[in-house]
Amino acid sequence: MIELVSAQRCIGCDRCVDVCPTDVFDRGPDGVPVVARQADCQTCFLCEAWCPVDALFVAPERDPLPEGPDEAALGGTLGSYREAIGWGRGRTPGARVAVGPPLRHEPGDRPGPPLV
Amino acid sequence: MSDVLEIETDVLVAGGGPAGTWAALRAADAGADVVLVDKGWCGASGATAAAGTGVWYVEPDPQAREEAMASREALGGYLADRAWMGRVLDETYAGMNEFAARGRYPFPVDDDGRQIRRGVQGPEYMRRMRMLVRRAGVRILDHSPLLELLTDADGAVVGAAGQRRQAGGDYRIRAGAVVLATGGCAFASGALGTHVDTGDGTLAAAEVGAHLSGMEFSNAYAIAPAHSSVTKTAYYSYASFYRADGTVLEGAGSTRGRSVIARTLLSEPVLARLDHAGPAEREAMRCGQPNFFLAFDRAGIDPFTDRFPITLLAEGTVRGTGGIALASTACDTDVPGLYAAGDVATREYICGGFTGGGSHNAAWALSSGSWAGRAAAAHARTVADRRRAAVPAGGAGLRPAGGEGITAREMVREVQDQVLPYDLNYLRHGDRLAPALETLHGLWREARAGLADADPWRAREAAAMTAVARWMYTAALARDESRGMHKREDRPGSDPTWHHRLDVGGLDEPWTRSAALEVAA
Repeated sequence: MIELVSAQRCIGCDRCVDVCPTDVFDRGPDGVPVVARQADCQTCFLCEAWCPVDALFVAPERDPLPEGPDEAALGGTLGSYREAIGWGRGRTPGARVAVGPPLRHEPGDRPGPPLV
Repeated sequence: MSDVLEIETDVLVAGGGPAGTWAALRAADAGADVVLVDKGWCGASGATAAAGTGVWYVEPDPQAREEAMASREALGGYLADRAWMGRVLDETYAGMNEFAARGRYPFPVDDDGRQIRRGVQGPEYMRRMRMLVRRAGVRILDHSPLLELLTDADGAVVGAAGQRRQAGGDYRIRAGAVVLATGGCAFASGALGTHVDTGDGTLAAAEVGAHLSGMEFSNAYAIAPAHSSVTKTAYYSYASFYRADGTVLEGAGSTRGRSVIARTLLSEPVLARLDHAGPAEREAMRCGQPNFFLAFDRAGIDPFTDRFPITLLAEGTVRGTGGIALASTACDTDVPGLYAAGDVATREYICGGFTGGGSHNAAWALSSGSWAGRAAAAHARTVADRRRAAVPAGGAGLRPAGGEGITAREMVREVQDQVLPYDLNYLRHGDRLAPALETLHGLWREARAGLADADPWRAREAAAMTAVARWMYTAALARDESRGMHKREDRPGSDPTWHHRLDVGGLDEPWTRSAALEVAA
């Protein structure tokens, strides 16, 4: 679930408020969006992908963490999904190299083509 | 009285996933004025945007096409239709080729320099579909869930009404034709990207008289790490499955052995390890599906060397094949002015009773969306009077019949108690389905009476999930055999007299009837 909006990194563009498909963010009084409806988060990581300054952290857990994460300890995790799909200036789009392994075939099946 | 945004347009598309965006694009290409409403944000909503998906893209080589069509016929219980499959393969091939040029999609390239168009990465695909739709002049209303359809005195659909979550107030859109592309229903199970897929469009369609088909084939479950939302069952073909004590779980597998996993999970944890993946496969998985690794990297798990607990998340009709029945490949329904595309419509025509997962659903979304968009634009041209009197058709969750009961969230949890457990929905038995259906009938009566909830769209989600669950189990009890993904422990094996489709419909009194296999392609 969404666990962090970094006030240090956020530029107040409200992109996350727009793109979140379940509308978990509200515009914050100081310009930094707030997580207003965490229970509605579907852990799809798309807000991270769209954030232009890597200010968001979505924990992989479907349920809220008992304690919010420590931003300093997250280090390179912030922005790692956006980097992995190749979004951002100067990066190769991940779609360009998105070729997975073939489905592993079970005995008696024919091997298939690579998964894309 | 809250503000109402009034709009008049040729074609209204509800839903902004792949099916909705293809529908909007094709309607706009045909010269129609188009409005697209999305419950979330067109470009991020739904099961596709969050993941990556194969596409049933097959070169127009007769042998390749023959193999593609034959590949799932047996799994689907021979309920699919070659004419529909052929048309979907043609439309998908043309559509993806157009998308490569018009959408400038960066497809991977093979060793011969040819683009590999058999799959798309979700975020990139839907970002570009949003751009194409906008460029075509479609007006998009984001965060604007559909609440109900509007009909004229003859029962034809002439628009829809909904809520504007962020802008505030409501909308009321009069249209020459409406395309429902609101997705399937996954009952808020937590499966990746499916929180918006709550059956809203299915309920709205039934309220104006449309019927459904294939609702017994709605019990798809996907493998995910126990803590996570990330479903990517295909990669678990490289997994071995274990009990908590480290011994191998005999018979478990990602495809044929998934029921063993379900049965075991009823009483104890099941662990997985992708120990059949060598260095090349590991690297390819990272390229193919980066989001697959978020669940592991961020939890400190190495899925190739560590055993990790898994779960099965229900994907309902998102990966199942049931939905609104269509009259022809124009994607028209029983109701004039109403069209359906994508996961909200039945995919039995190309998948039969087996999962439409991945490539087939993606091809279906593109094809049915394209057909619905074109047909809706053509129909809209025949509608002379756009302002004739219209009445709202919504009932449950919107117009309480009396009294306030439980909240929408409570109702969703109670529906989940009947549709998520493996021993009810996955490992089916008539003796367990019947009482579950009775409970769901009770919940429907509560939804009719009224929910203690201020937000209409939440009440509507709860009512829609209840309705979809009832059609699902009504059909599952009626189909007195096992076929496709519908496996009844009390009715093992297929019965030749059941080699036909099953229609289901009705609101307060759900009904079923046998339906012929042939539907005009």
